[in-house]
Amino acid sequence: MRLSEHTYRTISSIRGPLLFLDRVLQVSFGEVVRVVGPAGEELEGEVIKIDRDTVLIQVFGDTRGLDTGSAVSFFDAIKRAPLSPAVIGRVFNGSFSPVDGLPSYVPDRWGPISGAPINPVARARPRDFIETGCTAIDALNTLVRGQKLPIFSSAGLPAKEMAADILRNSRLAGGGEFVVVFVALGLTHHEYSFYMDVLDEMQGGFAAFVNRADEPVIERLLAPRFGLAVAEYLAFERGMDVLVLITDMTNYCDALREVSTAREELPGRRGYPGYLYSDLASLYERAGRIQGLSGSVTMLPVLTMPEEDITHPIPDLTGYITEGQIVLSRQLHQRGVFPPVDVLPSLSRLMQQGIGEGRTREDHRRISNLLYRHYANGRDLRQLETIVGKDGMNEQDRTMLDFADSFEQELIHQGDQRRTVAESLDLGLALLKRFGLDS
Amino acid sequence: MSGRIIGIAGPTVTVDLKGLRLYEIVLVGEARLTGEVVRLERDRAVVQVYEDTRGLSLGEPARGTSTPLMAQLGPGLLSGIFDGLQRPLDRLLERDGHFMAGGSAAAPLADRREWRFVPEKLAGEQVAAGEVIGQVEEGNFRHLVSASRAGEIAELAAGTFTLCGQVGSYSDGGEISACQVWPVRRPRPFRRKLAPGEPLVTGQRVVDFLYPLARGGTAIIPGGFGTGKTILEQSVAKYADVDLVVYVGCGERGNEMAELLEEFSDLADPWTGRRLMERTIVVANTSNMPVAAREASIYTAVTMAEYYRDMGYHVLLLADSISRWAEALREISSSLEEMPGEEGYPTYLASRMAGFMERAGVVETANGTIGSLSMILSVSPPGGDFTEPVTQACLRGAGAFLMLDASLAHRRHYPAVNWFHSYSLYGQAILQHFTHQISPEWPAAQQRCRLLLQREEALREVAEIVGVEGMQESDRLILHSAERIRLEFLRQNAYSEDDAFTPPERSLQLITAILAEHQRIERRLAEKVTLKEALEEGEVDHAAL
Ligand SMILES: Nc1ncnc2c1ncn2[C@@H]1O[C@H](COP(=O)(O)OP(=O)(O)O)[C@@H](O)[C@H]1O
Ligand SMILES: [Mg+2]
Repeated sequence: MRLSEHTYRTISSIRGPLLFLDRVLQVSFGEVVRVVGPAGEELEGEVIKIDRDTVLIQVFGDTRGLDTGSAVSFFDAIKRAPLSPAVIGRVFNGSFSPVDGLPSYVPDRWGPISGAPINPVARARPRDFIETGCTAIDALNTLVRGQKLPIFSSAGLPAKEMAADILRNSRLAGGGEFVVVFVALGLTHHEYSFYMDVLDEMQGGFAAFVNRADEPVIERLLAPRFGLAVAEYLAFERGMDVLVLITDMTNYCDALREVSTAREELPGRRGYPGYLYSDLASLYERAGRIQGLSGSVTMLPVLTMPEEDITHPIPDLTGYITEGQIVLSRQLHQRGVFPPVDVLPSLSRLMQQGIGEGRTREDHRRISNLLYRHYANGRDLRQLETIVGKDGMNEQDRTMLDFADSFEQELIHQGDQRRTVAESLDLGLALLKRFGLDS
Repeated sequence: MSGRIIGIAGPTVTVDLKGLRLYEIVLVGEARLTGEVVRLERDRAVVQVYEDTRGLSLGEPARGTSTPLMAQLGPGLLSGIFDGLQRPLDRLLERDGHFMAGGSAAAPLADRREWRFVPEKLAGEQVAAGEVIGQVEEGNFRHLVSASRAGEIAELAAGTFTLCGQVGSYSDGGEISACQVWPVRRPRPFRRKLAPGEPLVTGQRVVDFLYPLARGGTAIIPGGFGTGKTILEQSVAKYADVDLVVYVGCGERGNEMAELLEEFSDLADPWTGRRLMERTIVVANTSNMPVAAREASIYTAVTMAEYYRDMGYHVLLLADSISRWAEALREISSSLEEMPGEEGYPTYLASRMAGFMERAGVVETANGTIGSLSMILSVSPPGGDFTEPVTQACLRGAGAFLMLDASLAHRRHYPAVNWFHSYSLYGQAILQHFTHQISPEWPAAQQRCRLLLQREEALREVAEIVGVEGMQESDRLILHSAERIRLEFLRQNAYSEDDAFTPPERSLQLITAILAEHQRIERRLAEKVTLKEALEEGEVDHAAL
């Protein structure tokens, strides 16, 4: 244990966000350091490797202007977040500094930002229905409290409009309100102001961690951890139901790749580090519920699939960790369907527990299964249609084609209308009946 | 022996200890985090630490323990829930709270629990290592206690004892205990290996009927995300006709473990009617728990499985997912700066995998009974591409390949087992078994079912060109029957109480009914009745029943 802080001026090289520091006597892995540049600028960094007396430091923030004469101070502390209910209603940057013009608050306590894994036997199984107002989710890919359900979008698709509607319209089964933790990663100013307008309407309040496109890449790796440390605190120590919206996870992964490349680590698929899965899991797995506690962390990450490719490592590894995915489709968007959810590759893994009698409605499972089956058939037949033409098809097949069209235009499409789950199910049932497919 | 920490890089810590052995356990830091030696140099050793290394400091002490990673084996493992290092998660919960704490040590088995021991050997008798010397009642299981080494028994007492208490002694003064430790990376010995020949009934129709598994065999379930690997593993864990199940959640979701634990505490084993948890051991090392412990988790699990196999039980080990284990191996290898092979995996991936899968099998145990250890491993190929190294490495050792198909999953056909690319090398041996035990009809029904599915595939291509309307009635009948096979037989809803589990006798009935109806209509078509009419006759018959 060190009693005082130690300062070194022994930087041997600087490479992007990385500093190599020589002749260090006392240092801990993961320790936070302060770097003071020639113009007196202060930056924070973290120890990421120790090899005898040489220490590798990753600096948070912009390293431009640093030189090898810069001073590095050690405090023997790991990165912590100031935790307090006073965080609600506030906006911070990716380093947890207020950007709303208000002063900092006095924290209840400081908590490590990486958190610790929830003991698997302490988890409570998520099963409480959340009504999002969106038919593609409520009726067909139901979300429950404590779930992590990402939106897989592509460039130019209205993911933010859909996320905004979910924020505005979501209701807990018991009628309570969510507290929203909003984590913005690499957003443009336009996207940022769009979201801030939505957040201002939230009844239950919000805390925002905003890293904009022109702000340091490294803070993109920190902001979600701050957000989640706050979310866990509010949920498991203050009993609140927290909805964490993180956008855009693609920017997070690209930041991780950039930092990993600078560290000269072995690149994996598409240049992303081999530990991308474990790293993403360390974020996504922080969603959940705990036995005997009332709060919950529900997570709604948004990501953009590069080249609309669902097998790209970012959506692929995300889908391997999260409890399903909501996939947006360009075809539907072009046909004017909003939200343009393609339900076939979409999935909610925790749906079965959240629906049925006493939760949504006893016929929910049946309606959803029928809708899926017939829509999948209709979609298959569209391929046939391109070959033989609609006239070359039998009547039954033509009906299925019409069903698929109506399914998209009437059921999935809802514009800015909020539907209760009962309305969504009634609409689905009516559609099945109209086509004689309700049994 | 003690030394100091001289380097830290993620999960690997370098210490200046001398005289260590490869794979020896080293305790590093003031917090005494457990780690394993993975590389030795003359004056330093690299230790792979099983816990979060944040907060460890340069110069903190490190100490060798002279033993490799061990599993504790004895009564009380059943119903247990452990992490990858065999720490009991419920006791960690009581002690450390809802979140996992670093450096927390806890013995796997409750040492104050009492057991009744019944000796089977008398004082003065000579015993060989592995020979049965007595038994303990563990729930409904006869838990055999075997000699940990050869020797002459001086004393062996009936009565109650606590876990690691003494039940007797050897003539040379050595203690005899009902509890032992075993290095997890070393396979437990047996007399000889036998060829798998008995079926491992899973209760999943597509598996039992088309791609049957064998006790002592190995199967892999590769599939992209959402194709149903976990549900299939869990369904098999619930319904498989085996004595014991060891389930490893290896680098996957925490909520899935919560789901499994809840269901297994409520549900009954369909074969014995007892609570499922009573026959189950769970190892849970979720994706956000330390990577090095994830790497160890499958070894901890297989050692416990072998321990019960050695008592003559049929044990099934399920791991979800073996790919996460391989990735852990890759993460460790890359932090050691080893030369990477394909996709960054270490070049020894295939041999490690083969070594692990070799621990499955039917064996004549050291005490002469027959036991088996079967493995069903899920594989998570990146992008759903089966040419990747982990799937390929698994394929070499696997006796059955149940390929999950994303296009089936998207249309909610579960289990999404593809019926053209999957295979089981145990098919022939098990076919004979089912023919004798269940019905001589089995092989013919299987053959006809396969044929119909194949013809459907060929006809579908035709249908895409000429449309169903333009096809012959006999071909349309094939499409109709194959669809029934798919929807009513191959598909199986894990969430429906009546459907989730089907014993083989019932599977045969179901498929026979579909095939019989097919034949009836075939005959009617030959009599110049139209397909539409023939189908309606069937419905009338059905309604009349
Ligand atoms: N046999 C089944 N019956 C009904 N639904 C299933 C079945 N198998 C899988 N599913 C559905 O598919 C989803 C994904 O299955 P899961 O086993 O979690 O996939 P994977 O482990 O391959 O990612 C489940 O949440 C469930 O909705
Ligand atoms: Mg899974």
